[in-house]
Amino acid sequence: MIMNPQLTNSIVEILPRVEGFAYPNEATTHPLWSVLIVVYPYVTGLVAGAFIMASLVRVFNVKPLEPVYRLSLLTSLAFLLCAPLPLLFHLGHPERCFEIMMTPHLSSPMAMFGFVYAWYLMAVLLLELWFDYRKDFVEWSKAEPGLRGIIYRSFTLGVHDVSDPAVQLDARMGRIISIIGIPSAFLLHGYVGFIFGSIKANPWWGNVLMPIIFIFSAIVSGMALCVFLYMILSWARRTPIDMDCLDQMQKFLFFALVVDAAIESLDWVHRLYSADESIHILKSLAAGRLFYTLLVGQAFCGTLLPLLLLGAIQLFGRQMAVAVRQRVYLASSVLILVGVLAMRWNVVIGGQLFSKSLRGFMDYKLEFAGHEGWLASLGLLLLPFMILAVFVKLFLPLSAPPQGGGLPAMKPSGSTGAA
Amino acid sequence: MKTTLTRRRILRALSGAVAGLLSLAASRKAKAAVQKMLVASHTPKGYDPTKHKWLMALDVERCIGCGLCVEACKTENNVPLGPNYFRTWIERYVITKPEPGSGELRGEVVVDSPNGGMHGFPSSLVPKEQILKSFYVPKLCNLCEHSPCSQVCPVGATFDTPDGAVLVDPKYCIGCGFCIQACPYGCRFMNPITKTAEKCSLCYHRITRGLKPACVEVCPTEARVFGDLKNQAPDDPIQRFLGKNKAAQSLKAHLGTGPRVLYADLDKEVR
Repeated sequence: MIMNPQLTNSIVEILPRVEGFAYPNEATTHPLWSVLIVVYPYVTGLVAGAFIMASLVRVFNVKPLEPVYRLSLLTSLAFLLCAPLPLLFHLGHPERCFEIMMTPHLSSPMAMFGFVYAWYLMAVLLLELWFDYRKDFVEWSKAEPGLRGIIYRSFTLGVHDVSDPAVQLDARMGRIISIIGIPSAFLLHGYVGFIFGSIKANPWWGNVLMPIIFIFSAIVSGMALCVFLYMILSWARRTPIDMDCLDQMQKFLFFALVVDAAIESLDWVHRLYSADESIHILKSLAAGRLFYTLLVGQAFCGTLLPLLLLGAIQLFGRQMAVAVRQRVYLASSVLILVGVLAMRWNVVIGGQLFSKSLRGFMDYKLEFAGHEGWLASLGLLLLPFMILAVFVKLFLPLSAPPQGGGLPAMKPSGSTGAA
Repeated sequence: MKTTLTRRRILRALSGAVAGLLSLAASRKAKAAVQKMLVASHTPKGYDPTKHKWLMALDVERCIGCGLCVEACKTENNVPLGPNYFRTWIERYVITKPEPGSGELRGEVVVDSPNGGMHGFPSSLVPKEQILKSFYVPKLCNLCEHSPCSQVCPVGATFDTPDGAVLVDPKYCIGCGFCIQACPYGCRFMNPITKTAEKCSLCYHRITRGLKPACVEVCPTEARVFGDLKNQAPDDPIQRFLGKNKAAQSLKAHLGTGPRVLYADLDKEVR
């Protein structure tokens, strides 16, 4: 007879550890969407958030933020260039990836990725940056010899007109693109949230608030990244930090964080109050397998602590010494960056740690090497910083006319579109 | 002069983008046509998918958990042998008696499916005298009318056939795993060899030739019933099943997927 208890038992033993019951197909050693898919929404969120920071200058005329305008845009671009990589690495057949754009299945949220991505890269970021930098490219291409000169010249795309009407047009175009860019940034990241939020099979994901949570956590993380980069860059270049700019950034960061925390709390309040059939397993998930990343990492370190720190500065900031404020800003932005990464982990991995039968939990052991290991993910997280370093070297030169008191990110005249 | 030139350029780029978007529909039509042709080419001559509507019904009371269906499926469809790759599997539910004085209707619900039930089930760890009720539930693709898996496939590699099967084109699947996440029933898995998503095809190569799916063919107790809603003979097993089980249920009905796999005598604990 086929039934062989000994054999069956030995097979059960070599199965990955499952607590309770999981559908056999679910009980794999590591989740289908592993740490690479954690990196993907994180990076995309940073893109959207950094762009919103830049838009505050362009569209909403927040003058004190001008020193970080270009840095934010370049950050956005550096991360956007890396955004599809984790997805691509994760595919079973990366060589077929272009099918998503060539023959998209229009009812799939994932099929829209190529279009949303291309739109954002081509129609928003690159265009805005080009209009913003056009005049500088023309000037730099004349001034710089060698390879740099060639690079700048090629970026002018053959348009060398820097007459006043042309520069004015640049500014106007920059502003228009920025206005289009804000909903596009929301679209880019809201759509990432929708990928998860639309999965009704998974109660941890299938949630109408998911896109909004993703948008606000993206804004928060992108702004925190801009704060972090601005401070690090200023220290690395030994240029003074514009405290007016930093204070202003923190103010926006604080308000965005308040909204983000409110929406995420609302999500939990709603889940706990409406208490549908999934609530038991979700509660044990939060208190068990996600305790350190959700309650400690995301809620306490990534939200509550920065809220208190930044809130204290909002209240008593004027009495605090500049050095203290700077340290608090740096600390809170790092906390937020780590907290949002933890949030992505909780969403992506958390959603795959419990069975869709709602009867048990799976384990996840993070590998070190291999394409699903954390080494690859760390590399993918560091790559945008390397690209950004090149961008900064090329497009934020220290030798640029230091009109704002030697600030690294000060823009030469003509590019202040909103002015 | 430069101004008009730039604007024209932008307009040209925009119209290019619009043209690209407009050609999307056409390319989709073309893809659908090709796909239809591919599907048709694998089916025997004379099989018209629009003239059938397949349905699977399972009688929980009849299933003895022997696992023959699981093994037959693996053999028939070349499913990898590992413990996480199943197009069909069997779950065993053991519901214990409530603690005396607990005020509960039932005790604990213990569910297991060792190796998908392929080699049968070892004795339950729950002592016999504590068991209130125990039964086996065969599982497979639920043949959803509104299948979430084909809805989310980014390239359309998973598709609904007119006769009610949900198929995957392994030559087209990019292996993103979205469909596996979207299936509420855990019926899909990533094939470790082909690196594409895989699921029950209802033995499409068999049913289009007038045969039953392998799992139905081997079931010794006729717990699995298979039939065609569009062509019903008077003594059709599916007809008999539906006549006998007027309250047959589907799994996770609240999700609105509209499964075409029906269960008789389904306990409320089964998810």
